[in-house]
Amino acid sequence: MAEVVLDGLGKSFGATRAVDAVSLTIPDGAFVVLLGPTGAGKTTTLRLIAGLERPDSGDIRIDGRSVLDDTPAGRDVAMVFQQYSLYPHLTVRENLAFPLKSPLLRLPADEIARRVGRVAEVLRISDKLDNKATRLSGGEMQRVSIGRALVRSPRIYLMDEPLSSLDAKLRAELRIELKRIQADLGATLLYVTHDQIEAMTMATHVGVLDRGRLVQFGSPREIYETPVSTYVATRLGQPRINVLPAGLFGGAPPGAAQIGLRPEHIRHDHGRPATVRRVEHLGDQTRLHLVLDGHEIVTLADVHTTLAPGDSLPVRPDAPLWFDAEGRRIATGV
Amino acid sequence: MSGWSVTEPSARSKWIAGTLVVIYTVITLLPLVWIISTSFKSGPDSISYPPKVFFQPSLEGYVNLFTTRTRLGAEDFAALPPPETWYERIVRQQGMVIAGPSRFGERFMNSVIIGFGATFLSVFLGTLAAYAFSRFRIPLKDDLLFFILSTRMMPPIAVAIPIFLMYRTLGLSDTHLGMILLYTAVNVSLAVWLMKSFIDGIPREYEEAALIDGYTRFQAFRKVVLPQAVTGIAATAIFCLIFAWNEYAFAVLLTSGKAQTAPPFIPTIIGVGGQDWPAVAAGATLFLLPVMVFTILLRKHLLRGITFGAVRK
Repeated sequence: MAEVVLDGLGKSFGATRAVDAVSLTIPDGAFVVLLGPTGAGKTTTLRLIAGLERPDSGDIRIDGRSVLDDTPAGRDVAMVFQQYSLYPHLTVRENLAFPLKSPLLRLPADEIARRVGRVAEVLRISDKLDNKATRLSGGEMQRVSIGRALVRSPRIYLMDEPLSSLDAKLRAELRIELKRIQADLGATLLYVTHDQIEAMTMATHVGVLDRGRLVQFGSPREIYETPVSTYVATRLGQPRINVLPAGLFGGAPPGAAQIGLRPEHIRHDHGRPATVRRVEHLGDQTRLHLVLDGHEIVTLADVHTTLAPGDSLPVRPDAPLWFDAEGRRIATGV
Repeated sequence: MSGWSVTEPSARSKWIAGTLVVIYTVITLLPLVWIISTSFKSGPDSISYPPKVFFQPSLEGYVNLFTTRTRLGAEDFAALPPPETWYERIVRQQGMVIAGPSRFGERFMNSVIIGFGATFLSVFLGTLAAYAFSRFRIPLKDDLLFFILSTRMMPPIAVAIPIFLMYRTLGLSDTHLGMILLYTAVNVSLAVWLMKSFIDGIPREYEEAALIDGYTRFQAFRKVVLPQAVTGIAATAIFCLIFAWNEYAFAVLLTSGKAQTAPPFIPTIIGVGGQDWPAVAAGATLFLLPVMVFTILLRKHLLRGITFGAVRK
């Protein structure tokens, strides 16, 4: 395991700047999650580290040494692709053993068998080892794909939305499993997702990308509680943060143009009356869609609320986030 | 139980389709049956009119194919000791004796060497070129591909005379190497195009995964791309072999002696001792076998879609 440093990394495809001067230090043993919408440069960043793309500018250092001139094989990284790219002509066992049989490692057969067996057990695919890779369900394929990374002990694991193709139950299970494995191995992991639960539960650090630029890097809690901009603030939180004109409730600090209200920033005891538009019962939470002066506000209510569309509800902000006209957050010293 | 179904054809359309298939099969197989049955007829049976459907099977055609024979004077023929082998007996029945082996075996081997040699070379070069065209950024890629295809836009025989002169100058006339190179040159464009579409269909992710798993580009090609391209390689090989095996015009033009293939040789049998149709038919029958066996052997690869379903699209 190792520390990975990205230094001013840039990559363009034609006129598109996919990755723009990204500098980032992934500490040894950290679980770093890259967040951002499609096209923000998350996958390209992984591919640059893996050596599948050559950067236009900047440097990548693993353990203090630049790896730009190394082949993907020479960088000693493992990657899990979004598409579970299992080798279709091989069995599950052969797929898992494939990285271990590489000319770089040349492990003895009994060591290969031992490692494959252990990983298969962890991922609960021991009974599928002799199946052809194509004869698996989607969830099994993705577990084998993760397994193919885990059989090695690379310097860093790169994972590109590994859980996005799985159903909710399996995703929840594997999320816990991955976090446990990472903690047990002390592995360094760079993980791309746009699932906020994955980011919040697994990450030690979160990096938020916006059109190729790293806009904020910090602990999940920092990203959630002290986002640098409305863009970052909207990455995390469900329901999403409400971004409204600053003057809606009064009390805005100087320079503020917008107020950011997460559900926990909205009190219902007294304040300005808003009209209930819609009540969504999601089972574990109940979402209220309110309208105040023509602005829609989404917040949470008691699960067993008796509120109905048309009802009036007083709302007031409680320690909200403030942003200027460009969307930058204004520190209020709270 | 019956009823309308999207996937299950009705009994009536199945019946019609079945009948059409049977008719088509009979029409296409008839010449084959004719050739094979003629190869087992005796000389008189082969030219009888109306043609005989039922006849006394004979190996005369095959024996004549592999031997040269000569006629003796009546006294000399009568004075011969009784025939020692079954094939001598068959020749004697025709009133002749064996003078020696024919050149068919040799010509047949020439066909095997040249046909399979050219097929191997075309598929080998075609696959490597197709991989490069499929995976690498190559300047003028589309123009190059079109240029490669353009070599098939004329009948190959249109360049017969320049090739003839060129081969004579280079000393490639009537050599195995010359014929292998010629058939490879004709086939390689087909091989590049066919293999390119097959390799395009193999997702890059596999190679990228292999590169990260610690393999070099060439190892990834060999261990990951090639096994998945087997279907395409089999199909391409069959097409290349069929061309190289059956080619007649260049074979007549460029070979006469040691590198002559079977197609120009078989018709020359007719001249030896009258119109020996059973021998010609026997030659044609044996000539059919290698391509047939090759196609049957590779058939399972043609039918198997091995890459299906492993990468989520």
